[in-house]
Amino acid sequence: MNAALEFRDVSKSFTLHLRGGTVLPVVAGASFAVAPGECGVLWGPSGTGKSSLLRMAYGNYRCDGGAILVRDGGRVIDVARAAPREVLALRARTMSYVSQFLRVIPRVSARDVVEAAGREGGMSEAAARARAGDLLARLNLPERLWNLPPATFSGGEQQRVNIARGLIAPRPILLLDEPTASLDAQNRAVVAELVEERRAAGAAILGIVHDAAMREAIGGRIIDVTRFGTARAA
Amino acid sequence: MSDMREFRPGADPSSRLPPRSGDDGVAGALPPQAGRGDEASAYNFAYLDEGTKRMIRRALLKAVAVPGYQVPFASREMPMPYGWGTGGVQVTAAILGRSDVLKVIDQGADDTTNAVSIRRFFAKTAGVATTTHTAEASVIQTRHRIPERPLTENQTLVYQVPIPEPLRFLEPRETETRQMHALAEYGLMHVKLYEDISRHGHIATTYAYPVEVAGRYVMDPSPTPKFDNPKMDDCPALQLFGAGRERRIYAVPPYTKVRSLDFEDHPFRVQRFDQPCALCAAEGVYLDEMLMDDSGRRMFICSDTDHCEERRAAGHVGTEGVA
Amino acid sequence: MSDALLQARGLTKRYGARLACADISFDLDPGEVLAIVGESGSGKSTLLSLIATELAPDAGTVSYRMRDGVMRDLAGLSKAERRALMRTDWGFVRQDATQGLRMAVSAGGNVGERLMGLGERHYGQIRAQAIDWLDRVEIAADRIDDPPTRFSGGMRQRLQIARNLVTTPRLVLMDEPTSGLDVSVQARLLDLIRRLVAELGLAVIIVTHDLAVARLLSHRVMVMRAGRVVETGLTDQVLDDPADAYTQLLVSSVLAA
Repeated sequence: MNAALEFRDVSKSFTLHLRGGTVLPVVAGASFAVAPGECGVLWGPSGTGKSSLLRMAYGNYRCDGGAILVRDGGRVIDVARAAPREVLALRARTMSYVSQFLRVIPRVSARDVVEAAGREGGMSEAAARARAGDLLARLNLPERLWNLPPATFSGGEQQRVNIARGLIAPRPILLLDEPTASLDAQNRAVVAELVEERRAAGAAILGIVHDAAMREAIGGRIIDVTRFGTARAA
Repeated sequence: MSDMREFRPGADPSSRLPPRSGDDGVAGALPPQAGRGDEASAYNFAYLDEGTKRMIRRALLKAVAVPGYQVPFASREMPMPYGWGTGGVQVTAAILGRSDVLKVIDQGADDTTNAVSIRRFFAKTAGVATTTHTAEASVIQTRHRIPERPLTENQTLVYQVPIPEPLRFLEPRETETRQMHALAEYGLMHVKLYEDISRHGHIATTYAYPVEVAGRYVMDPSPTPKFDNPKMDDCPALQLFGAGRERRIYAVPPYTKVRSLDFEDHPFRVQRFDQPCALCAAEGVYLDEMLMDDSGRRMFICSDTDHCEERRAAGHVGTEGVA
Repeated sequence: MSDALLQARGLTKRYGARLACADISFDLDPGEVLAIVGESGSGKSTLLSLIATELAPDAGTVSYRMRDGVMRDLAGLSKAERRALMRTDWGFVRQDATQGLRMAVSAGGNVGERLMGLGERHYGQIRAQAIDWLDRVEIAADRIDDPPTRFSGGMRQRLQIARNLVTTPRLVLMDEPTSGLDVSVQARLLDLIRRLVAELGLAVIIVTHDLAVARLLSHRVMVMRAGRVVETGLTDQVLDDPADAYTQLLVSSVLAA
C-alpha cells in the first residue's frame, strides 16, 4: 500500500434501538485512498456521511464492513478491526483529528491543552511548550488567554485552541472536520497555511472543508461521497 | 435467670461454691500460717478449681512456646471486679505452689489497697507465704512496674493486663488485628509512634510502649512504664501476662529478646529523672511525684517502695530522707 | 495479548438467585484505564470487589502480572502475598473516604502507613514523602498533622489518592471516587486523577455511573447491566457510537456527556 490511508469497500449504518430498531444506513462501498503529501476533501451535501467516514478513520465510529487501512510506520493497520489499544497507539503516533468543537477539560489552561497533545504525540516537554506558544500566536489567540481554561472562551477562540491541539504533533495523517466553520476570514487563512505546511511536509490530509479558499490553498482533491450513498432515498 | 432469683443480697457469693476439699488433697493440708479460719478450707488451693488451673496452664505453656502471642483462654469470674487484676490473679492462681513466696505490687508499691487485697486473697485461699521483699519472692504479681532489683531465674513475674492488643488503638476489628499478627504486618504500630512524634515532637508514649518479642510478635507490655521496657529484654525471670476481661494470656520466656519499637531518627529512650529519689538518693530508678503540702511543694521518690526501703535500711539518705 | 497486567476470566458471582456478575472476562494492559459503567445494581461494584479479592467468585479467576513478570492467579496467592500485593502494587480508592482512610490518624500518618508497612523506619523520610504526596494531591503541607475528620469531602478523596499512590502501585481500583462531591470539587478531583494517572502510567479500573467521568479518564469502557457486560470498547467509540440498546439508552439519558 502506497497510500497513507485507504478505505476499501467500507459500509456503515446505525441501528436505533430506541426507535424500534430502525436501521439507518450511512455509507456503503466507500473506497478511496489518500497518499502522503496529498489532501483529500470529502465532498457532498450534508447527511451523506462525510463526518462518519472521518470518525471511522479515527476509530471513533465503528465500521460495519470493509477495511480502513492506515500505514503506521512499516505496518498497515486496519482500524475497522484493530483492538482498542492499537487504535489508541495510532492516535498517539499516526493520526490527529481536528473536530468542529473543543471538548473542554475542567481546570486545564489553553496552553496546557495544546502542550499535552504535543507530549502525547511524542514531543519533548520543551518542544511541545515552544510549539504550543508558536501555534497559539499564529492563530491570533490573545496571549492573556493562554493560561486560562478555555471553558469561558468564545466559540472561535475555543476552536483555535482545538486546531492548535490537533496540529501540534507532526503526525503523518491529519483528519479535519470543518475546522474553520466558526472562524473569521483572517484566521481561516492562518489555518489553511498551517495545514498546507503539514501537507507540504508529507502529511496525508483527509478533511471536510466547505470553505473554497481554504480548499484552494491546500490543493484539495475532491472525493465525491455521494458515490458511496446508500439506498436511503428509496 | 433462676440463679438470679435465688441470689440474696448481702450473702457472700463464695459461700455458694461447693467445697473442694477433696481436690489435690491441698485445701485440707494448708500450711499452718494459712489456717486463719475454718472458712479457708471451703476453697480449693488458690481459689480456682484444678480443671480451671489446668486450662490456664495449657494456655500458659502455649504462650511460653510462642513468645508474645496472645493465647485466648476461658477467663473465669473472680471475686473482684475487672480492672482489679483478675487476669493476673488467675495466672498467679494457676502457677502457685505451696512453697512459693508471693509478692504483689501496684504502681511499684506493696502497700496499696489492690496489692494488699490480692496478697491477702492468696494468703487466705492458698496459704502461701507472702513478702514485700523482691529478693525473697518466687512469684511477683504486678500492675505497672517491674522491680528495680534485677530478677532471677528462680522468679516469675505475673502482669495484670487491661488491654492486651497493641494494635487496638488504630484497628478496632479483632479479625483484622489477628490477621496482622498472623502475617507480622506491624506497619500500623509505627503509625501510632509516628502520630506521637508528629503531635509532640518525640515519642510521647510513656506507658504501654509496644515491643517486639523474639523478633516476631509485637506485644503490649500493658500499663508498665516504658522505663521498665529494657528490663524485659533478656530477663532471667519468666514473665507471664494475664488479661481477664479480654481473655488473653501471653508470655515472655526467660532470656528472650524484647525490643522496643522506634524510628531510626527517633530511637527508643527511657524517661530520665533530673534528681535522685528524695528519700534514698537512688539514681536511675523510676520516680513518683508526690505533693507534700497545700503550697504545692513536691518531691520525687522511688516508685518501688521495697527498693527504697532496702536502700534506706542500708544507710542511703536523700534530701528529704531521715538518717 | 500476553503482556496484560490483569486478566479476568469467567468471573461469576451470585447472591442467592440474583446474578451479580455473569461470566465476565477482560484484559487490562499496563497503563490502561478501564471504566466500568452501569446503573446501581448492575454488578459493577461487585465486579470490583471480585477483582480486589474482597469477594470470592462462584466461578472464574483473576490473574495479575507480579513485579517479577510472572502471571499469578490471585486465588493461588497466600494470604500474606495477597495482602502485601494490595498494599504495595495495588491501590483502592473508595467512594466512602471513611472506608479508605484511618479517620483518627493524621493526614501524614495516613500517607505514611504503607511506607511503614514496607519497613520504612525513618520518621523524617516518611514525613518528607508524606509532604511530597500531599503537595501532589494539592493538600497544603501545614495540614499534614490534621486528621481527615477536619477535611472536606474533596480533600478526603485526594488524601485517599495520596495514601494509595505513595508506594507507586501499578494498578489502582477506584469505586465512584467523585460521587457525592460538588460539581466544582468533582472537576478538580477528576483533573488531578487524570494528571496523576498519565504521569505515573497507572493502570486503573474505575467504577462509575457517570459517563462524563468515564469519557474524561478512561481509554476503554465496559457497560454492565444486570450482571452482564453488554458492550465494551474504546471509550469514545462506545459513547459516540453505542451499538447495544442499553448503552444507547444510557448515553441518551445524560446531558451532553
